Amino acid sequence: MSIFLNENTKVIVQGMTGSEGTKHTRRMLASGTKIVGGVTPGKGGQVVDIDGHQLPVFNTVAEAMVATGANASVVFVPPKFAKAAVIDAIDAAMPLVVVITEGIPVHDSASFYAYSLTKGTTRIVGPNCPGLISPGKSNIGIIPADITGAGPIGLVSKSGTLTYQMMYELRDIGFSTAVGIGGDPVIGTTHIDCLRAFQDDPDTQAIVMIGEIGGDAEERAAAFISEYVTKPVVGYVAGFTAPEGKTMGHAGAIVSGSSGTAQGKKDALEAAGVKVGKTPSETARLMRAILGR
Amino acid sequence: MDLFEYQARDLFEKHGVPVLAAAIATTADEAEAAATKIGGKVVVKAQVKVGGRGKAGGVKLAENPADAREKAGAILGMDIKGHVVGTVMIAAAAPIESEYYLAILLDRSNRTFLVMASVSGGMDIEEVAHTAPEKLAKIPVSAVDGISALKAAEIVAAANFPADVADQVANVLVKLWEVFQSEDATLVEVNPLVKTKDGKVIALDGKVTLDDNAEFRQPDHEALIDQGAENPLEAAAKEKGLNYVKLEGEVGIIGNGAGLVMSTLDVVAYAGEKHGGVRPANFLDIGGGASAQVMADGLSIILGDKDVKSVFVNVFGGITACDAVATGIVQALELLGPKATKPIVVRLDGNNVIEGRAILNKAAHPLVQQLDTMDGAADRAAELAAK
Repeated sequence: MSIFLNENTKVIVQGMTGSEGTKHTRRMLASGTKIVGGVTPGKGGQVVDIDGHQLPVFNTVAEAMVATGANASVVFVPPKFAKAAVIDAIDAAMPLVVVITEGIPVHDSASFYAYSLTKGTTRIVGPNCPGLISPGKSNIGIIPADITGAGPIGLVSKSGTLTYQMMYELRDIGFSTAVGIGGDPVIGTTHIDCLRAFQDDPDTQAIVMIGEIGGDAEERAAAFISEYVTKPVVGYVAGFTAPEGKTMGHAGAIVSGSSGTAQGKKDALEAAGVKVGKTPSETARLMRAILGR
Repeated sequence: MDLFEYQARDLFEKHGVPVLAAAIATTADEAEAAATKIGGKVVVKAQVKVGGRGKAGGVKLAENPADAREKAGAILGMDIKGHVVGTVMIAAAAPIESEYYLAILLDRSNRTFLVMASVSGGMDIEEVAHTAPEKLAKIPVSAVDGISALKAAEIVAAANFPADVADQVANVLVKLWEVFQSEDATLVEVNPLVKTKDGKVIALDGKVTLDDNAEFRQPDHEALIDQGAENPLEAAAKEKGLNYVKLEGEVGIIGNGAGLVMSTLDVVAYAGEKHGGVRPANFLDIGGGASAQVMADGLSIILGDKDVKSVFVNVFGGITACDAVATGIVQALELLGPKATKPIVVRLDGNNVIEGRAILNKAAHPLVQQLDTMDGAADRAAELAAK
C-alpha cells in the first residue's frame, strides 16, 4: 500500500512540452511511473516521443482524462499560467493534482485552493513542492527515484531537499510513500492530511514529519497527532538558528501569535509524544530506535 | 516586500480609499515647503518599516510650516529600533473623534483570506486582540468571492461599527479589497482608520505587504523597492538571482533547497558550540536545478564576505547534479585565483555523487576538502572558522 498514489496511477503532465516538463517526464518514466500523456493548450493532437514512449498531447485535462483514463496530473507550467492549468484540472474533476511550479503568486494559489474546495473532487499537492513517491510503484514530481526503495516509513515534509536527505539517511529501511507538501503559504495538502493517510495505511509502520519555521502547521499537526495518530512519529524542524522573520505589522502578529519558531514547534510536537531530532541524522537515529534497526 | 507608510498611502489613494493630503520630504527645507503647500496644521511622520514609531517620538504635530521644518529636522536622522529615518511624510492634520482598525490579510492557518475589524483601533490594537478578543471581529473571505458591498456590510455589522459610519467603513473595505487583490498584497492594514470630528472616515496610517512572486504582473512594484536598505552582498546576490541572507557569523554556507540550507545553519551552529562559538555567516540557497555558473556566483559572493573564515558547501543532489556543483566549485576557484584564501569544506550526496567527488579529487585544490556526512563536514567547517 501507499498513500495518494500506487502502481496503477495513470499520470498526465501539464506542461509536458516545456523544457522542465520534458526533462522530468523522462525521469518519471525512467522510475516506472505510468505517464499516459500531456496537456498543453494549443498543442492538442501532437504526439511527443520521450525515450521511445509515444505520448499524446491534449488541449485540456478533461480531454486527456477521457482519452487516457488518467487519474493524476502533475503541473510543470510556469507561474504565470499555473492558475489556469490547475483550474482546468479541477474542472475536469482530476482526483490528484501535484503542482511542482515554484513562484506562484499567493492570490493564485489561494484562489485555486478555494475553488478546489467548492468542487470537492480534487486533492492538490503543492504548489512549490517536489511531489510524492512510493518507491518502486510510482513517482509523481521531481524526487530522485534511486535514493531508496519500498519500506515501512511514511514521510511528510515541507522541504524538498530535506526529504531527499531523510530518505538517504534511512535508505536501508525504505519508505511506503514520501510526500513533499511544499513550503508556500497556501498549500493543498497539509501535514495533517498526510498523517491521517499514513495512520490509515496498513503498510506504513512509522512516520517521519519534517517541518520548518513559519506559520503554525506543525503545531496543528501536533494537536492532530495527539487525537488521531497511534503509530510512532519522529519529527524534525529546520530553522532553530534562522533569523526572526519579517515584521508583519499588527495583523500578522495577531494571527500567528507567538507560534512560528522552531523551538515552539519542537515543544508542541514533543508534548504530543513525537520524538524530535536536533539534526537530520539524529532524527534518523530516533527512527531506527523505534523500528529496532 | 513591506512598503513604507507613504507608499501604502499612495496605493490607497490610487484605489479610492480616502486619505489625507500628504507629501514626503528628505530634508527640513522640503518639509517646510510641503507643509506650506498642504496648509494649516500638519503631522510630521518618520518613514520607517518598524512599529512603535509614535512611542519613539517619530510622529509630531506641527502648528505651521516653520514648526514643520523644525520637527522634521529633529526626526530626520533619528534611530528608531535600528532604523535610521531618511524620509518623513508631511500629512494634513485631522481632528480625530474615533479610531478604528481594519485589515485584510492572508490567513495561512486556514488557507484563506481574513478580514479583521475593530472599533477599538489605534496604537494598542495588539493589546486589544490579546485582552479583549471579542472586540476584534475576524471574518474569513473566500479568495474566489472576495469582498462585495454585501459582504462588506456583513463585516461592518459583525464588528459593531456605529450606524453613522457603517456605510463609509463598508465602502473603505470594498476599496481595500481592491488594493489587496489588484496589487497582489498579502497584507493591507489601516490603523487607525479614523472618524474625524466632521464625520468623515479616513485611512490615517497604513501598512501594505506585497507578494514578491507577483512581480511578473506588477511592473509598477519595482519602483517601490527600498534600494538603500539592502545589504551590498544581498544586492549582489539578488542581481545574480540567488536567495541570500547575510547573518552574523564566520562560516559561509551554500546549499540547495531552503529546508536543507536552514538545517545546515542549525547543524553548523551546533558544531560551532564546540569550536569557540562560531556561527553561520549567511543563508544561501542555490536552488533546485543549480548549474556550475550558479555555484560559481554563489561561491564568489560568500568569499567576498570579509566576516567569512571558512565555507561549507552542503548539497544533496536531487535535480541538481553533484558533478555540476563540483565543476562550479572548480570554476569559481579558477575565476577567483589568488583572491580565494578561505578553506572550503564540501559535502556532496545524491545525484551523480561519484562523478562530483571525482571532479574535486582530480582538481585537488589546496583549499578544498571533502567529507562524507553533513555532521562531519559542519564540524570541520566550524573548526576551520575557529582557527
